[in-house]
Order: sequence, then C-alpha cells, then structure tokens
Amino acid sequence: MVRSLLVRGMIAGLVAGLVAFVFARVFGEPALEGGIAYEDMVSAASGETGGPALVSRGVQSSIGLAVGYLIYGVAVGGILALVHATAQGRLGRLGVRGTAVVVALVGFTSAVLVPFLKYPANPPASSLDDTIGERTGLFVVMIVISVAGAVAATALCRRLADRLGWWNAVLSAAGGYVVLVGLAAFLLPAISETPRDFPAAVLYDFRLASLGGHVVLWTALTLVFATLADRATRPSALAGAVPTRAS
Amino acid sequence: MSQAAVESPIAGIAPTPIPLREIAPWAVFAGVVLLALLYLVGMDQGATSVFSGEMLHEFVHDGRHLLGFPCH
Repeated sequence: MVRSLLVRGMIAGLVAGLVAFVFARVFGEPALEGGIAYEDMVSAASGETGGPALVSRGVQSSIGLAVGYLIYGVAVGGILALVHATAQGRLGRLGVRGTAVVVALVGFTSAVLVPFLKYPANPPASSLDDTIGERTGLFVVMIVISVAGAVAATALCRRLADRLGWWNAVLSAAGGYVVLVGLAAFLLPAISETPRDFPAAVLYDFRLASLGGHVVLWTALTLVFATLADRATRPSALAGAVPTRAS
Repeated sequence: MSQAAVESPIAGIAPTPIPLREIAPWAVFAGVVLLALLYLVGMDQGATSVFSGEMLHEFVHDGRHLLGFPCH
C-alpha cells in the first residue's frame, strides 16, 4: 500500500512539475531576465567582463528550468505521499481524497508559504554572493521550525478533538502554530540585501511568479494525487464500479 | 447505522490506517532519497557542495531562483 501511494505521489509530482514549469517559463522567466539585465548593467558599469558561461541562458531557461521543476515536483510528490500514508485513517473520518487535500494544504502552508513570507524568493543579482551560507542556513531553519510546528499542531489537534470537537481543536492547533511561526519569524534575523537601484517591478514580479509557481505546482499535485490515491486505496469500490459500467 | 455514520457525503469512507511499522522503512529510505533530490536541485554547489564545480548549479539555476531557494 505504501509503495503504491509513493509511486502515485511521484507520478502526480511529475505532472505537477510539468504544469508548474510551463507557468514558470511564461510568467517567471521575464522577471528572471530582468534580474540578469540588471546584473549585466552593473558589471558593464564597473568594467567587469564575465567569463564564458558554463551553461547558456537558452539552456538554463528551458531544459534547466524544466529539469529543476520536474525533480522538485517528483521529490515533493513522494514526500507528500509518505505523509499521506501516515495520515490516512488517522484524521478523524476524513476519506482518502479529503486526507490528501488536508495534508497538501498543511504541507504547502508550512513548507512553502510561511518560509516564503520570512525569506522570499530573490531574482538573480538581488542578493550578495558572500552571504549564501547564512541565507541558506536561515532558510532551512525557518522551514524546519515551520514544518515541525505544523506536525506538532496536527498531533495536538488529534488529541484535543475528542474533548473539544474538531472545529475547536483545529482552531486551537492552528492558533498555536501561527503564534509559534510568528515568534520564529520575529526572532530570526532579517535579510535585506536588495541593491538600492534594483528595479522594484522586477523584484515584485519575480516573487509573485515564484509563489504562483508553487501554488500551481501544489494545486496540480494535490488534485492528481488525491484522484490516484483514492483509486489505489479503494479496490473494493473500483471492483464494484466495473460491473455497473459493463452492464 | 454505523455504516451511515462513517460514510458521510463530504468525508467519504474513512480508510483503515496503515500500520506505522509498515510505513517506517519506506519513510526512511524513500524519504532520504527524496530529500537528497531536493538538496541537489535546491542547494548543492551553493552554500555546501557534494559535487565540485558549478555545472549543476548553473544548469538548474533558473529553477533554483524561481523555486525560492537562496542563490547568488
């Protein structure tokens, strides 16, 4: 059963990665090119000439972008499937599709949306090269706190549900999660490295496209995975449906 | 009667939980591989490097930026 869910999660992730790649190619690349244009302008003004590119822009913005989104989609799809396998049958009376949707919503919020609010995506040339270690570290710390908080909140919610009912339990657990990540975001250091003359429209468009790409990816992933998982986990329902169709 | 209580129109049929012992080996092995994939796409040849050089970083450069990973 776990294997079957895992395979379906990764297939759903592949589909989602492909859809998100198309979105990123159409809406993300123009903003990304804006960042590179700024980079070129700065290096031209300072008289620097960059060495020959290892990978051409044409490859980076097509095959490279596609491979990036596809691998990311497959990985996230597989992880979603593993979490779903653990959650299914353990979230009250939620069915398979309902469980998939809840797991994906909690996953997207905790692993992508909340970390993005603190440390948003940055276009090329809007960050300092030397701070890559610090920026990567803080980004990972924010994700770990947020995801661990979401897991703890879900466990708390299940415990409270018997006493308070589902509505109050979910509200209490979600409230606890919001306070936790709010505190973490307040305490963790801010990163503000964007050059003063970096085009604001490029930054805005880039971040919107980045978040949009994630929304597209997770939405496609959820819908495809919920459909596939439902079929995988209900062989009896499927067997019951076939004769009806045949007759 | 109990059938009607479980099979609500919104929630569908509540599935049987998969024993955690059955999930654990998958979660460990597949989990590690999947997280390694995320690391390779998002972070390698940046703050830390498993593979030397810049090739991987340059190839997935655009995806890395748009997926929100810290990059140059």
